[in-house]
Amino acid sequence: MTSPMTRTQDGTARAGVEVRMDGLSRHYGPVVALDKLDLTVQAGELIALLGPSGCGKTTTLRLVAGLEDADAGRITVGGKDITHLSASKRDMGMVFQAYSLFPHMTARQNVAFGLRLRRIAAATRDKRAIEMLELVGLSTQADRYPHQLSGGQQQRVALARALAIEPQVLLLDEPLSALDAKVRAQLRDEIRRIQLEVGTTTLFVTHDQEEALAIADRVGVMKDGRLEQLAPPTDVYSRPATSFVAEFVGLTNRLAGTVSGQTVTVRGRDLPLVDPSTPAGPATALVRPEAVTLASDSTGDSGPLVGTVIAVTFLGATSRVTVDLGDTTILAQLTTADAAELPAGSRVALTIRPDPVLVSADSPALSEA
Amino acid sequence: MAVVATTEPGARPARAGRRASIPGWVGTVPFLAYVGVFLLLPTGIVIVDALKNPSGAWQFSSVTELGNPLVRTYFIGSLKLCLISSVIGAVFGAILAYAVASGNPDGVVRRLYLAASGVLAQFGGITLAFAFLTLLGPVGLLAHASWFYDFPWGIALIYAYFEIPLMVLVFMPAIDGLKVQWREASENLGASAWQYWRHVGGPLLAPAFIGSTLLLFANALSAFATIEAWESQIAYIVPQQISISLSSEVGLSNINYADVLALGMMVMVAIIMTGYALLQRRASRWLR
Ligand SMILES: Nc1ncnc2c1ncn2[C@@H]1O[C@H](COP(=O)(O)OP(=O)(O)OP(=O)(O)O)[C@@H](O)[C@H]1O
Ligand SMILES: [Mg+2]
Repeated sequence: MTSPMTRTQDGTARAGVEVRMDGLSRHYGPVVALDKLDLTVQAGELIALLGPSGCGKTTTLRLVAGLEDADAGRITVGGKDITHLSASKRDMGMVFQAYSLFPHMTARQNVAFGLRLRRIAAATRDKRAIEMLELVGLSTQADRYPHQLSGGQQQRVALARALAIEPQVLLLDEPLSALDAKVRAQLRDEIRRIQLEVGTTTLFVTHDQEEALAIADRVGVMKDGRLEQLAPPTDVYSRPATSFVAEFVGLTNRLAGTVSGQTVTVRGRDLPLVDPSTPAGPATALVRPEAVTLASDSTGDSGPLVGTVIAVTFLGATSRVTVDLGDTTILAQLTTADAAELPAGSRVALTIRPDPVLVSADSPALSEA
Repeated sequence: MAVVATTEPGARPARAGRRASIPGWVGTVPFLAYVGVFLLLPTGIVIVDALKNPSGAWQFSSVTELGNPLVRTYFIGSLKLCLISSVIGAVFGAILAYAVASGNPDGVVRRLYLAASGVLAQFGGITLAFAFLTLLGPVGLLAHASWFYDFPWGIALIYAYFEIPLMVLVFMPAIDGLKVQWREASENLGASAWQYWRHVGGPLLAPAFIGSTLLLFANALSAFATIEAWESQIAYIVPQQISISLSSEVGLSNINYADVLALGMMVMVAIIMTGYALLQRRASRWLR
């Protein structure tokens, strides 16, 4: 198997190992947390697992880490079956969803803990702990206790602790969910940088789509204990495999249309289909807000693509504009400068960019917001 | 459900919409009054009396009574009894608390244990001594056990009867405070179960364990009715001696003697409770 993500910088860089899950299942009483999951993470690859709450992301990580036993299925790491190996022998670094630093140890002691268990000499492990703390930008806080550190700093120490043992596999369970937007983006990029530098095979769990798209080589979108789609970020976004993926990743307009041949006709516009084998007939097309452009309309004409702006949401560099089309509303994403020209109440004419669109499998012809 | 929620360290009642016109400290008046009347006042009286002779003049020399070899044997007796019973209670109570805590947090077993511990921790005094006498005394139902009359082991084992449940009650919140992630994180980093207890679980519980042991110690120190019913002929511990000196008809000077003994005990309790408070503070910072 080729593994394009393995960084072969020099002799010291360790190539990651492949992690393979085959038919992995796990039930909690009547709840099916994982349903025959097949997932292969290539050596040195970072896969982000994305999905709504309760879809089985944490369960996947816990099974890989050995903190939970599978009901069925197999886990192999570098070709070795580890399904029944105890967690303490798996050599995987994990960062937990909740803060998990040992409260009676300083940052440095926390990071050095794994090395201490490996009976590495005190001087060596101290040096290594400081190196790891430097990597996450916390070498000046080495002698602080967890309760003296902020949430973001604690998560960085936890990351350093997981990296210090030079694990074959890195498992990150929403490591950034407790942080504010800025620290979050910073630390996210830092994790990616470190991961690329070290080349560790990584599973990164998140329910934040932006985070998943930004950090991953491939994104796995999960639903009800199954993978809906596993693909590079751009594909997940622009060529979603299912309507669930289309709607979970990014905002989507659901517009009534009619499929015929290779296209779907939506409000008089012909748009190409992601899946050309879609059966003909009435359908719901999923259109991204950024595929919709708006122009001020002073003609006073009415038509299927003319409407009134009812709300503008400022998002920073871009703004989201809600347009009332009479029988439905549609979201458009514009640059903030463009949106400034179109205050609420403006009459606008819409254009839909002919990006390939997906047609929702469920109840066609229903137009919804 | 939340049986132990009230004993959680650092738990404070939610501030219910307090009226602006009533200052905040007013609510503490009943408590302060209670403490004043039932704790500070008697303490003050004992201290003052211990330092005065029967005619009312200051007389610090009576405190030197504490150095008297006979008095010392009572204190040593008290220390022995409390040490043995609190260590036994702490060890077995901690094991029991751990066993109960690792079960279902909302389970029947746990609720039963806590309820039973709540009752048994109060089950001292004459009732308890009587129960043991009925079972193991000279005409005991089970046997006539002679070890039962050995001081301090016999009575220490009887004390364990209320010390163990007390330990379950006071130590349970600490065990509940141990987070699962700490165990999982250490496992993930390669620690065996033993290494987890040695490096993480043990050190984290240690302050709470020692603190609870001190509390058990103080509890045993003041448990007087049990030993009085168990053996009223011979005095082994300080409270018995205080009782004897108060009830004998030798003379007024004995009240002063009792005060001095009580002062000695108060100093012991003060030291123990200070240690307890310090340890508790440390434990609650870790095990939130
Ligand atoms: N220990 C458990 N006991 C019972 N049910 C559980 C347990 N752990 C997980 N579940 C159930 O399994 C399902 C998957 O849970 P999981 O924790 O993997 O979700 P998740 O994708 O990580 O969600 P979140 O984004 O909220 O963290 C959920 O329905 C959850 O209720
Ligand atoms: Mg989770």
